[in-house]
Amino acid sequence: MRAIASLVCGFIFGCGLFISGMIRPDKVLGFLDVLAMPSGNWDPSLAVVMAAALVVTGLGYALARRRAPLFEAQNQWPTQTVIDRPLVVGSALFGVGWGLVGLCPGPAIENLATLSWPVLVFVVAMAAGMIAYRLWETRAAASVERALATASSMDG
Amino acid sequence: MANFTPISAAIGGALIGLSAVLLMLLNGRIAGVTGIFAGLIEPQSSDRTWRAIFIVGLIAAPLCAALIGYTVPIPQMPPSLAIIAVAGLLVGFGTRLSNGCTSGHGICGIARLSPRSIAATGIFMAAAMIVVALTRHVVGG
Repeated sequence: MRAIASLVCGFIFGCGLFISGMIRPDKVLGFLDVLAMPSGNWDPSLAVVMAAALVVTGLGYALARRRAPLFEAQNQWPTQTVIDRPLVVGSALFGVGWGLVGLCPGPAIENLATLSWPVLVFVVAMAAGMIAYRLWETRAAASVERALATASSMDG
Repeated sequence: MANFTPISAAIGGALIGLSAVLLMLLNGRIAGVTGIFAGLIEPQSSDRTWRAIFIVGLIAAPLCAALIGYTVPIPQMPPSLAIIAVAGLLVGFGTRLSNGCTSGHGICGIARLSPRSIAATGIFMAAAMIVVALTRHVVGG
């Protein structure tokens, strides 16, 4: 049942991106191009997509807060609350990549359906970026551990 | 605003919201594509099945649309594969570092009124708008 729920959710998500036009990088860039406002060529569609999605999600989450999920023991709500440097730097890097091409992870993966080579290149690079992050994070954590070990051995 | 499509945008946005709500009500998970995809490809990960199946559903949507007669446009991408690769790397690394993208922070996070997600969305929107302003109006214009 969990698997069927995932399939249905992925499919509805994909339909939403497709119907709204957000699967198209040119449409997303049409929103990000705020300097096109004076000439009348700015496309505010993405803002409407977000507003509609936020209303539905906000109401639905209010309901979800009050009950356990149907096919799992409990809801996995995110727990972090601090606006830290990784959040700020990561968001900025993501924004630069998004602005260069007009693809964020959802539409990028969905566009694999078109079998377009440039999209495949983008998704492979995106996967490489995610794995690079994991390797970097593991190394950073290991060096902190080493530093702590050295510090405590010096204390000892 | 010749390209503005408010009705399809509202319908599509509502569907994205519906998907996020159902995934929480049924499986107790946040519908963040970055987290779902990263958990699928990273070496140490649990629970690959539901992630893979979500991605299958995502890719199936335009295929079904094509089957019932809709035109699925080939995405317009920059001509330079180097720019595409750099953009992909930035999107992959950046979304992992900040723990979310347009779906996880922009929709699920803001819907929870999470200050982190509101900040993240403001930053990635602003960064993307600056890049588009530069590429379209300064360098490319």
